[in-house]
Amino acid sequence: MNDAVTIPLERPAGAREPIVLTEHIVEIISDSGEGAQRCGQALGAIAARMGNGVWTVEIIPAEIRPPARSTAGASGNRIRLGAGPVTNGGGETDLAVAFNEQVLLGRVSAGELKPGCIILLESMWREDRDPDIAADYVQVHDQLVAAGYDVREIPMERECHKLVSDPRRGKNMFALGMLCRIYSLSVPLAREQIARAFGKKDKKVVTQNVALLEAGFDWAESNLDIRFRIPAAPVTEPHMVINGNTALALGILASGMEVCAMYPITPATSASHYLSDVFEKVGGMVHQAEDEIAACAFAFGASYAGKCAVTITSGPGYSLKQEGIGLAVMGEIPLVVVNVQRGGPSTGQPTKVEQGDLLAAMFGSHGDAPKVVLAPSTIEECFYSIITARKLAETFRMVVVVLSDAALATSQQPIPRPQFDEAWLAPPADQNPVAAGALPYDWDPTTGLSQRFIPGQPGGMYTLTGLAHDRASHVAYDPASNQDSIRARSLKLATLAKTLRPPPVYGDAEGDLLIVGWGSTRGAIEEAIDGLRAEGHRVASLHLFFLQPMQPGLKAIMQRFRRVMTVEGNWSDRPDDPMIDADNRRYSALAMLLRARTLIDVDCWSEVKGQPIKPGSIRLAALDKLRGAPGENR
Amino acid sequence: MSDATECLLRLHDEQHALEDYQSGVPRWCSGCGDNAILAAVQRLCRDEDLRPEKTVFVSGIGCSSRFPHYMKTYGLHTIHGRALPIAEGIRLTRPDLAVFVNTGDGDCCSIGAAHWIHAIRYNMNLTVMLHDNQIYGLTKKQASPTSPVGTRSNTTPRGSWLEALQPLQVTLGVQNVSFVAQAVDWIPEVLYDILRAAHRHRGCSFVRILQRCPEWLPKLFEPFVRDPQRVCLLHHERGLAISPELAKIYRNQREHDPRDLVAARAVAAMQDPIPVGILYHDPDVPCYEDLRRPVQGHTPERVRTGLEAEFDKFTIWPQGASAAVVPDTE
Repeated sequence: MNDAVTIPLERPAGAREPIVLTEHIVEIISDSGEGAQRCGQALGAIAARMGNGVWTVEIIPAEIRPPARSTAGASGNRIRLGAGPVTNGGGETDLAVAFNEQVLLGRVSAGELKPGCIILLESMWREDRDPDIAADYVQVHDQLVAAGYDVREIPMERECHKLVSDPRRGKNMFALGMLCRIYSLSVPLAREQIARAFGKKDKKVVTQNVALLEAGFDWAESNLDIRFRIPAAPVTEPHMVINGNTALALGILASGMEVCAMYPITPATSASHYLSDVFEKVGGMVHQAEDEIAACAFAFGASYAGKCAVTITSGPGYSLKQEGIGLAVMGEIPLVVVNVQRGGPSTGQPTKVEQGDLLAAMFGSHGDAPKVVLAPSTIEECFYSIITARKLAETFRMVVVVLSDAALATSQQPIPRPQFDEAWLAPPADQNPVAAGALPYDWDPTTGLSQRFIPGQPGGMYTLTGLAHDRASHVAYDPASNQDSIRARSLKLATLAKTLRPPPVYGDAEGDLLIVGWGSTRGAIEEAIDGLRAEGHRVASLHLFFLQPMQPGLKAIMQRFRRVMTVEGNWSDRPDDPMIDADNRRYSALAMLLRARTLIDVDCWSEVKGQPIKPGSIRLAALDKLRGAPGENR
Repeated sequence: MSDATECLLRLHDEQHALEDYQSGVPRWCSGCGDNAILAAVQRLCRDEDLRPEKTVFVSGIGCSSRFPHYMKTYGLHTIHGRALPIAEGIRLTRPDLAVFVNTGDGDCCSIGAAHWIHAIRYNMNLTVMLHDNQIYGLTKKQASPTSPVGTRSNTTPRGSWLEALQPLQVTLGVQNVSFVAQAVDWIPEVLYDILRAAHRHRGCSFVRILQRCPEWLPKLFEPFVRDPQRVCLLHHERGLAISPELAKIYRNQREHDPRDLVAARAVAAMQDPIPVGILYHDPDVPCYEDLRRPVQGHTPERVRTGLEAEFDKFTIWPQGASAAVVPDTE
């Protein structure tokens, strides 16, 4: 139970004029299947259409149908609304709509609600025929009130019953109506959004949902004294509201790839769901293979045959693909592997976020298996990274791993609508005859690059093998051949690195602290930097898109700061843990890599709570670091 | 030059000789059944006039999987057990290529067993040769799933415990099975005929080839090689015809209709004599690539149109520029 100090919001009773806010975090939670997800998505879409900054985060229970009214069963959506652009989920919730008190209790226990948070609570449980349920409700309600939450009991079920026979299937639109009133959102836009959301269905369904929306709006107008307005800048350029997995799938379409081979796994699969629906329209196909190994092998086969392919998965599936990835490295077959990371090890936390696979991505497979590793940090980068990945894979004959994660996968944000460019697409497979005497692995001594022969090319016949081989692809176990071929495959990373620019620094060009991050933590880190700078600190952040090879100039940037630390969503030992000392401390993945690469004493702060890291947590970690840890001699 | 002359010239060019398919000197042991399979396949390629640049041999790991190295075509010597899904990826994207798979009893029936079952169900147009010598060779004599019970090996020094898995029976139990045959390396004529029928079948042709391993199990097939009566040749007007010369040696014959699945399963259960011939053939089973290959070709214009349509579904237009209401994109 959250017993934090109450911070009362200033809210003159019966006020007509809405309170103007720069941002607010709203969440709608229910049992699975009650439509809270859809309500949240619609709210986000309406606000985005009005020109607000929006970041939505899905609240997903691990089970498809967890028991009703359970603390672990909360399903719904959290929406951060802002006057300006919003780049992350932010901190704790300001206003929660809950369809029962138990799912709400789960969120309170997880520390997800701000002290004094407004709660719009379905009140039907108070009169439930089951005395235990009624008693539970009263107990939780009273606890919340005592803890200082601003609880408003709302007869949603009763009100919806006036319009529909089964309020379970409409309460979400009633809630949406209330929220439109509370946040001064446009009702015509909301109606349009409902038309979009239910457009495939019967017109009656749309009419009924619009009626529910209006009922919610009216009820809030007559009964609630809560009104906010978050100023919005009108939309001047077309934007798309999508989540990271949709962006990945659109990126696959846009990259010109034609084959995506996959096996169902959370949280990667929703990208394949969407892709399955649309890929065939442009001449592509999603192959659901019999297992992760086969998915990787199938993509490898398609790539070998001349059509660079992608296989998409999450942690456990990524582990299973390792041998196939090794073959692609050895055979120098372009292959894009997307890993939408989740909590691990083993089955871990399938629906929750973690950045635990960086080292596995870089050093997975066996032997020396160099591959490119990219990490999109925004929804927009999820789209463009796939186009980049396909190009790099083909240009360098390499495996390119794209590391997304569960937070990017399920978060929605408006991004500028991309302008199609034919240069995104792959050229057709080369079917010209191969020059006499040309070799399938004629490694350039400087770059390690070589021309790839594709089946169908006359004169190019060779046997690709996972065994050590020479330039002719003949099995070669002699010392020189093995040394030379491993050198060539490794050199390609250096060659790629030579084409990269140093990453931009966000914040002060020099100062007391540099935070380095990668992947989905970008928005939260940069927001923390903004806050710290506003408080007068000289701090900056660096976000790495290329993890392997790394962009040049990192050491020079780091040297301009007194202290450097990474912020990551993977495990690192806390230095103040009694068993931890300088000899045995385990660092976060990126910190370990940066320490090895730069010989700079890079510190790290990380957490693995399964939730996106909050800007507030990063701020506190940064302040600790700025003060200097006890005994630190820098 | 007239079109007809050019055509004739090209025809001449494309007449291939055995040497056009031969690459290197096989490193298999002398007496290894893989040599017979290689000879039959090279002959098949020549007789079917397969263009080397349009032909791919895919293998996994094991003695048999060295096969692609000895073919002067495109080849893929991959990882243990995964030849089939790799071949499927090639097949799907390249209908113009002839794709063959060479796999062993460890490769196919043990580490790659999941792919084997699903490959039969996908029924993609592949010619699959199971080189079944009933022992692990390359790793030096360990029992394989098809080793007869009691086989003494380095991992089963007092004899293997389990009944051998029967690849023909397993394959004939999978939905969408379309071509199953059994050959033996010591009757090259029938091996060739079976491989030709397998190659000409459009679908997944599964050919189990009983293959002698002179190094680790030299006596395994000896009684069958010495006594022609212990081999039963299958023939049918819809299957293979037996040449008069062969018929004199192999008198144990059986008329078997390859369209008859129930009969095929009964034949598959025969251990002694060994059935040799086409057990099952249904030319009408749909191929996965035909079901799945997009009707629409992949062109830049189609990608652009498709992508813009998808973008539209998610787009927030500036006020006044709003596009028509589009259906849900959930």
